[in-house]
Amino acid sequence: MRAYLDNAATTRVAPEVIERMGIFFSTAYANASSLHAQGMEAKRALDEARAAIAAMINASPEEIIFTGGGSESNNLALKGVAFLQKEKRHIITSAIEHPSILGTCAFLEKQGFSVTYLPVGREGFVSAGDVESAITDQTALVSIMHANNEIGTIQDLDRIGKACAAKGVPFHTDAVQSFTKAPIDVTRMGLSLVSLASHKIHGPKGVGALYVRKGMRLQKQIHGGHQENDRRAGTENLPGIAGFAHAASLQTPEHITKMAELRDYTITEIERRIPDVIVNGSRARRLCNNVNVIFKYIEGEALLFTLSQKGIAISTGSACSSRSLRPSHVLRAIGLPHEVAHGSCRVSISRYTTKQEIDYFLDTVTAVVAQLREVSPFTKMGKYEAYTDDDHTHEGHPAA
Amino acid sequence: MYSRKVMEHFASPHNVGEIPDADGVGKVGNPVCGDVMFVYIKVKDGRLEDVRFKTFGCVSAIATSSMVTDLAKGKTLAEAERITRDDVADALEGLPPIKMHCSNLAADALHAAIEDYKKKRKGSAG
Ligand SMILES: Cc1ncc(COP(=O)(O)O)c(C=O)c1O
Repeated sequence: MRAYLDNAATTRVAPEVIERMGIFFSTAYANASSLHAQGMEAKRALDEARAAIAAMINASPEEIIFTGGGSESNNLALKGVAFLQKEKRHIITSAIEHPSILGTCAFLEKQGFSVTYLPVGREGFVSAGDVESAITDQTALVSIMHANNEIGTIQDLDRIGKACAAKGVPFHTDAVQSFTKAPIDVTRMGLSLVSLASHKIHGPKGVGALYVRKGMRLQKQIHGGHQENDRRAGTENLPGIAGFAHAASLQTPEHITKMAELRDYTITEIERRIPDVIVNGSRARRLCNNVNVIFKYIEGEALLFTLSQKGIAISTGSACSSRSLRPSHVLRAIGLPHEVAHGSCRVSISRYTTKQEIDYFLDTVTAVVAQLREVSPFTKMGKYEAYTDDDHTHEGHPAA
Repeated sequence: MYSRKVMEHFASPHNVGEIPDADGVGKVGNPVCGDVMFVYIKVKDGRLEDVRFKTFGCVSAIATSSMVTDLAKGKTLAEAERITRDDVADALEGLPPIKMHCSNLAADALHAAIEDYKKKRKGSAG
C-alpha cells in the first residue's frame, strides 16, 4: 500500500483541472495579447480566471497579478514595495516565514534595509501587539504569513491587519498554504498584498498570484511586455492560470470538513498509540490538513526513510534531512531545543486522502517509532543526555 | 541517495543494544546536531568478544554504527584501533558527501570505547 501524506509540499493535480488545462494546449493556445479572434478568446479565458481568483479573496480582478508561483509572488511583494522606498527602509516579518520570505528579507538587509523578525509563542502565533509596537515611522511593510507550512498555525490576520491599518503601514500575507482552506478577505483583514500558489490546491506547479490593492505602487521585477497590467512581463501561462483558477473553484466546504476530521483522527490516534509525543502548533486555529508531531528520542530522517520504504510519504524538520544540516527554523522558533526538533514528522493530507491510508500510516508509524526507539540510547534514559562534545560540532552549525 | 548497503544496515541494524557489564563504553556526538552514538565493548584475551551500540541519529548514523560493530567484532584491540571512518564508509559502499563528517562518527565511538577500556584497566591495575 502507498500513502501520499506530503500535500503541504505539493498536491496531485485534480483530473478536472488536467482536462481544463488541456484545452489551452491543444486548441485555445493563442497568445492572450494577440488581437485576432483566437487571441481574444485566450484573453477572455484569462479574464475569467482572474475574476474567479479575485472573487475568492474579496478582491477585484484588476488587483490580481498572475505569477510563476508562491516564491515569485513573495519576492514581488517584498522587493516590489522595498525598491520604491526612498526613506522608509524597515520591514517587519516573523521568525516562522517560508524561505521565500526570509531569503528575500535577508537579501533586502544586504541592500541596506533593516528587518524585524517577530518571535512567536509556543503554538506559533505572532502577537498583534508585537506587530503594532514594532512599527516605526520608517516601516515600509509588514509581512506575516497566514498559515504556516510546517505546523499549520493560522494567524489572526484580522487583528494584525487592524494594527497595521492603525499605523497606516501596508500589510502583506503569504497565503500559499491557506488559500481555499481558510477564509481570506482582503478588506476585512486590511491586506494590501496577498501571495497565492496553485500547486498546493490540486492545480499545476509554477503558477501563482499576487493580490495588489488598488493604488498600491509596486516596482516591476520582470521587465519586458505590458502583460499583467504592466506589472509582470511575459506571455501569460494560460494553461497554468486557467488550471489554477479551476482548481481553486473545486474546493468545497465538505472537503475542508473531511480533511479536518482526518487530521483530528490522526492526531488523536498518534497520541493514543504512541507515548512521548509532542503535538506542534495550535489545536484551535490549525490548517485543516496539517498534523505535526515530535516523536521524542528518535531522528526524523531515519523515520522518513523507513516510512518511505513502506510506501508512505511524510516530511520532517530534522537537520539531517536538510541540505543546511540545520533543524527547522519554525520548530526552533516555537521553542523546541535542537535535539527535540530533530524528531519532527509532518503529515499533510488532501481531499483525496482516505481513512485507509491514514490507518496504514498509523499502524506503520507506531511500529517504526518503536523500532527506532529500540536503537536510540535516549529511550531508556527518558531524556536527551545533556552532554556535548565540541569536536563534533558540525561545520556551519549554529552554536547550541 | 543512500547505497543499498547503507539501507540494509539501517533497516536491520546488527548488534543493537547495551552490554550491562561492558569493559568499555564510548560516547560520541551531540544531541544538538542530531547524532549520538554509544558503543559498548566486551574484551577477552585482547580481542573484542562483543561490540554493541545504541544510536540516536539519521539513516547513515545508524548504518555506520551497525557496520562498525561488524568490522570490529573478533578483532584485536590494535586492529580495531586502526579501523577508520573511511573504512566504515567504504564497507557501506559509500556515504553521501554531506554525511561523511556528521553522521560517520561510529569509528570514533569505537575508539573511545577502547580508550575507556584501557583507562579502566590501568586504574584497576594501578
Ligand atoms: C507558505 C509557503 N510560501 C511559499 C511557498 C512557495 O511556493 P512555490 O513553491 O509555488 O514557489 C510555499 C511552498 O513551497 C509555502 O508553503
